[in-house]
Amino acid sequence: MIDWSPLIVTFKLAALTTGILLIISIPVAYWLAYSKSRITPIMETLVSMPLVLPPTVLGFYLLVAFSPGNAFGGWLEDWLGIRFVFSFAGLVFASVVYSFPFMVQPIQSGFSNLPASLKEASYVLGKSRIATLFKVLLPNMKSSLLTGTVLAFAHTVGEFGVVLMIGGNIPGKTRVASIAVYDEVEALNYAAANTYSLILFVITFILLLLVYLFNGGYLKKLKYYNRA
Amino acid sequence: MIEISVHKKLHTADGEMTLSVEVNVEKGEIVTLYGESGAGKTSTLRMLAGLMVPDTGRIVVNGKVWFDSDRGINLRPQQRNTGFMFQDYALFPNMSVRGNLEFALKKGQDKSTVEKLVRLIELEHLQERTPDTLSGGQRQRVAFARTLMADPDILLLDEPLSALDIKMRMKLQNYILQSHDESRPTIFLISHDVREIIRLSDTLYELRKGVTSQPQKSTSFFTSNALSGKFQFEGEVIAIKKEDVVFIVTLLVSGHLIKIIAQASDVEKLALGDKVIVASKGFNPTIYKIE
Repeated sequence: MIDWSPLIVTFKLAALTTGILLIISIPVAYWLAYSKSRITPIMETLVSMPLVLPPTVLGFYLLVAFSPGNAFGGWLEDWLGIRFVFSFAGLVFASVVYSFPFMVQPIQSGFSNLPASLKEASYVLGKSRIATLFKVLLPNMKSSLLTGTVLAFAHTVGEFGVVLMIGGNIPGKTRVASIAVYDEVEALNYAAANTYSLILFVITFILLLLVYLFNGGYLKKLKYYNRA
Repeated sequence: MIEISVHKKLHTADGEMTLSVEVNVEKGEIVTLYGESGAGKTSTLRMLAGLMVPDTGRIVVNGKVWFDSDRGINLRPQQRNTGFMFQDYALFPNMSVRGNLEFALKKGQDKSTVEKLVRLIELEHLQERTPDTLSGGQRQRVAFARTLMADPDILLLDEPLSALDIKMRMKLQNYILQSHDESRPTIFLISHDVREIIRLSDTLYELRKGVTSQPQKSTSFFTSNALSGKFQFEGEVIAIKKEDVVFIVTLLVSGHLIKIIAQASDVEKLALGDKVIVASKGFNPTIYKIE
């Protein structure tokens, strides 16, 4: 029987990360899509950095920053009692940073692709920015929200380097499935490695398939056939 | 009284242009902005609605200052009570016809306005449908009804009836006139359709490369270059054919092909594709009812 804890840690991490990302990405994407500020390109670059940066680099800097022996990490531990290094909280934080572009970019392009007149019509009708955001803009970009959510989730499931650097490999706490696969292979335990791998493969396949079905309109078409 | 005197530098396809709008309109008047595309008509409406900020100038509506660059006043679109009909209608795809109208309700406003407007545009039977299942004409009617929801002081109609067939046009023109009779908003209309302009509006401002003309009577603007004023249409030369001693000129006049007999001396100056005026001087045209 395999140890299920790496899979549980993985999906707990992915769910938490995705939830946090959804909340913080909407305002960030809104700002990036509509702001005419000169620092927008710099912000866009920063948001996209995790796409190209080796995960180990990101993990290394997070490790250094959060290490209790350093000023920032020490302050976190003394004042807030949080230790990000080799802890689940640290994993969540690192995953949020690492998967940030996967959530922000689809939502940002969702905002940009909406006709400007929708927002303007709502303003002229006397509606505030917040009311416009929640009642007009977001409901009309569901596919972008779904794409962002699924990509961020799947990407978090698939991370390895960052998690290894900042989380270590503590069973039941910070050992995620991707690391478990590596461990089992190291131990020449190919059957267990295969089980973990297969589960990850199937789940990520289903997630992505759902996105393509939904955004390609296949599900909608099915609904129409059923109605007819 | 609505006093507009605003200036703004615009970057257009033809380079930089300074939009310079000087318009004074009586409350409740219907005014047409007329001019070539890119002359700044839509930008003018956008500045009125607060969607575009002028560089300098003032907008005063019925005694209230909406914009004043000297005093740093610029009311947000939400604070100016306007109705804006966008060229693309800007209906909210996630809401039904009814939902689109209800969304425009102000806090505490009576819901019966929705019923009244749904009846006005004759879409009672389609009120639960979403915009993507409606025809172009139906969408336009919904968009128009939505602009009326808040009982606006100023109604801004950006080519409201383009892409509609004649019958639907007449119908919507009636809606516009009917609702204008009821609550008398001041209406700014952008249109290229001569009949529509004459039927709906009293006053016309021509925009040329961003500069507004003096106000003119809509009717006299289009008839001032008339020959004898009796019967005339603009058309395009499609074909010129010699037949014995005369020429047959085929013209395209508002979608119809007509043939006109012409003398050699008339044809000399004509080339295919020329814009011409067909006018009748001696005879009165006769009207036959067809429907």
